[in-house]
Amino acid sequence: MTADTAEDLDRFRQRAGAWIRSNLRPLDHAALAAATAGELDEEEELAAIQHERQLMRMMFDAGFAGITISPEYGGQGLTPAHQQAFNEELSGFEHPSRLMVPNLSPCAAVLLDFGTEEQKKTHIPAILKGEELWMQLLSEPSGGSDVAGALTTAVRDGDEWVLNGSKIWTTGAWWSDWGLCLARTNWDVPKHRGLTVFMLPLHRDGVDVHRIEMINGSKEFCQEFLTDVRVPDTDRIGEVDKGWTVGTRWMFHERMLYNSPLITMPAFGRPATSSVSPVEVARDRGRLDDPLVRDLIGEAAMLDLVGSRLQQRIAQGVRTGHLSDQGAAIARLFGGVAGARARTITFQIAGEAGAAWSQHDGAAAGRGTDFLMRQAGCIGGGTTEMARNVVSERVLGMPRERSVDRDVPFREVPRGPSSDARSRA
Amino acid sequence: MLLELTPDQDFLRETTSKFLASQVPVGEIRRLCDDRLGYDPGYWKRGADLGWTSLLVSEERGGGSVSGRGLIDLTLLAHEFGAHAAPGPLAPANVVAGALAEFGTHPDVLAALLDGSAVAAWCWEEPGGLIGGRELELDITVERGDLVLNGRKKPVEAAADADHLLVTGRSGGGLTQVLVATGTPGVTVERLQSVDMTRRYAALRFDDVRLPGESVVGEVGGAGPAVERQLHQALVIQLAETVGTLDRAFAMTLEWAFDRYSFGRPLASYQELKHRFADMKSWVEGAHAIADAAADAVDEGRPEAAALVSAAKAFSGRYGLELMQDCVQMHGGIGVTFEHDLHLFMRRATANAAIFGTAADHHQRLARITIEEDSRS
Repeated sequence: MTADTAEDLDRFRQRAGAWIRSNLRPLDHAALAAATAGELDEEEELAAIQHERQLMRMMFDAGFAGITISPEYGGQGLTPAHQQAFNEELSGFEHPSRLMVPNLSPCAAVLLDFGTEEQKKTHIPAILKGEELWMQLLSEPSGGSDVAGALTTAVRDGDEWVLNGSKIWTTGAWWSDWGLCLARTNWDVPKHRGLTVFMLPLHRDGVDVHRIEMINGSKEFCQEFLTDVRVPDTDRIGEVDKGWTVGTRWMFHERMLYNSPLITMPAFGRPATSSVSPVEVARDRGRLDDPLVRDLIGEAAMLDLVGSRLQQRIAQGVRTGHLSDQGAAIARLFGGVAGARARTITFQIAGEAGAAWSQHDGAAAGRGTDFLMRQAGCIGGGTTEMARNVVSERVLGMPRERSVDRDVPFREVPRGPSSDARSRA
Repeated sequence: MLLELTPDQDFLRETTSKFLASQVPVGEIRRLCDDRLGYDPGYWKRGADLGWTSLLVSEERGGGSVSGRGLIDLTLLAHEFGAHAAPGPLAPANVVAGALAEFGTHPDVLAALLDGSAVAAWCWEEPGGLIGGRELELDITVERGDLVLNGRKKPVEAAADADHLLVTGRSGGGLTQVLVATGTPGVTVERLQSVDMTRRYAALRFDDVRLPGESVVGEVGGAGPAVERQLHQALVIQLAETVGTLDRAFAMTLEWAFDRYSFGRPLASYQELKHRFADMKSWVEGAHAIADAAADAVDEGRPEAAALVSAAKAFSGRYGLELMQDCVQMHGGIGVTFEHDLHLFMRRATANAAIFGTAADHHQRLARITIEEDSRS
C-alpha cells in the first residue's frame, strides 16, 4: 500500500466513524439475540426489516453503501481495506444485519459477476438503497447438497421462460423482493450442462411462499412453489445451459459468508459461533468459579478466536491468490464444527436449565432448544460433509468420488422414490 | 506462517531452511539423539551468523531484524525449526537476549549470545506449572545489597549446558529477574529425559545462591511486565515452531495417502480418509491463523495479545496433537516405528504442547481473561 492510499484510508475511517457515531444507534444485543432465537412475531419482524431498509438507505445517501462496488452501480469504488475500516468503526452500532447475507452476498455478488450492464444498473443500486431485498432459490426438496441435480424446470416460450418446481431453505423469502433461481433448461445433457440462472420477483402470480417452522420455532426459512411463473429472457443471468458456471461462483460467494468484501458488518464484538455468551450462562447459573465450567468457557473462547482468525486468513488467501477459491470450504468446515461445539458448550454449562427453565434462569434459559438446533450450522449453506469433499478433492487434490450421474443425460439419472414424493408435497 | 512475506523475510526463511536441510537432515537428528548437548556448537554459531539470535535485539545493542518487526521475523525461523525438527536453543537464546537488550545490562553476555559463542536459558517454569494458576515461588531476597535465591525451576530448556541463566523469582509482592552464571555455588542441575530427540531440559535447585546486586536485570520487584512479555515471546516462538511441525507431518501424510495403495486403490480415494484429511487441513490452517494473530498482537504489544496467545496454545495443544496422532493413524503400523521419520516432528509438537501450559491450562487462562473482559463491558 502506498502512503497516499494509506492516508486516504485514515481519512475515510475518520469520516465513517464520525457519521456512524452521529447517525446510528448503539447495538441492542438483547434485541439481536431475540431475533436470532426466532422470538419475534411477524409484525415485529417486518418492522425490524423496514428499519434495516432505512439503515441501508441512510448508508447509501451518506456514501457508505457498496464500498467496494463500482460507482457505475451506485457503489463507492473503494478497496476491501476501506470496507474493513468501515466495519471496524461500525463495531457496537446497529446495522442492517438481515440484509447482508444472502442479499449482498451471494446475490448482488453473482449479479456483479454475471449480470448484463442493464441488469446491474437496474438492480445493484436498488439493492444498495434497501429498495430490493434478494434471496437465493437454490436448494430443492429433492436434495440440498446435490445442487446441480435441480429439478425445477424452465421451458422457453418465445421471449419468455416458464418456470415450474419447488425451492427450499430460502431465508426470509416472505419479506424479500427478488430471488436468484437455478433451473433446469435441458434434461437431455449431463446435469451440470443443462442449468440456467434466472432472476424473478417473488411477489408474482405463480409464486407461493410457505414458511417452514424449525425445531426452535423460528420461521425464517421458506419453501417456494413455482407454478407456470413467466420470466422474460432479459432476466436470465449468464448463458442458457451454462448456469453451473454461475452456480459454482454463487456457492463460492456463499461460502465467503461475512468475509465477502461486499458485507457491511461490525468487525468486532459480533457473536461468531453462538448467540449466547457462555460466560453469561455460567454467571446466571452461579457457576463462574467452577473450574470445569471455566474449562468450557476457555474452550469456547478459543474456538471463537481461532474461527475468526481462520476466516480472515482464508479470505486473505483467496483475495491474494495464495489459496484457490475453493479454500473457502476450509473456513466453512471449521465454522460449522466449531459452532456445533459452541452450542454443546452453552448447553452443558446451562445444566438442568437445559431441560426446564423460566425467565428467572437468565441466559441459561432456552439453551436446550438451541442444542436441538445444533446441527443447523453444519447443514445450511452447504453441509460440512460437502465442505470436506471440496477440501479433500479441490484443495488437496484427492481423487473425486465416483459419480454415476456425470456423463449421462440428466433424464436418465436414478432418483429415489422420496425425491418425487417430496417435490410434490 | 504468514501468507505474504516481504522479499527480505522470504530470503531469511529460505536461507535458514536450506541451512537446516543440509546441516540437520533426519539422519543427523537421529545421531544427535544420543548427543549430550543435542547439537553441534559450530552449527549454532553459524546459525547466529544467519540471524538466529539477533531478532529481538535493537540495532543499537548489536541486533537487528529484517522487517522492523523482529518477533514476526523470528516466527519464520521457528517455523523452519519445526519443519526440520531442528536442534538448538532458539526460544531461550532469543528471549534472554531480548531481555538483556531491553534493560541494557550485561553487554558482554549479550554480545556472546548474539554471536552464538554463549547460550542462555530462561528459568521461569516451576514444578506443578505456572500457567495452570500456581504462584511463582522461587524467592529472591535482597540482603545487604546482595541477592539471595532459593527455590526450584523445572523444566528449563537448555539449562544444563547454558553459560548463563536468566532466573525469574519473587521479591515480596513483585517479580525480579537476575542473571546467574552456571556453576555459581548453590545451583544444582539435574538433567531430564525428554520426548524430543534433541531438546535438552533440566531441573534446577537454588539453595542460598548469593549474587551481587548488579546481577539484576531490570528492577527488583518490578519485572512483572517484562516477564509477561518474555512469556508471550517464548510462546509465540514455540507456536510458530509447532505449526512448522504440523505442516511437515501433514505434508508427509498427504504424500503417503497418494502413494499407498490398499485393495487396489490409493488411500486418498477413500471418502472416510478424505474427510479426515479435510478436518486435518482445517486444523493446520487454523493453527497458522491463530499463531500469526498471536505473534502480531504480541509484537505490537496490543491488549488482546494474552487472549490470542492462550487461544493459539490451547488450539495447537489440542488440535495440533490430534493432527499428529491422526497422521500416525493414517500411516498405520509404520507410523509407530522408530524407523519412520514422522515421530521426529510429533516429538517436537508433543514437547511444545506440554511446555508453558497445556491446552487445559490455557483454557483456564483464557476463561480468566474472558470473564474479566465480560465483567468490564
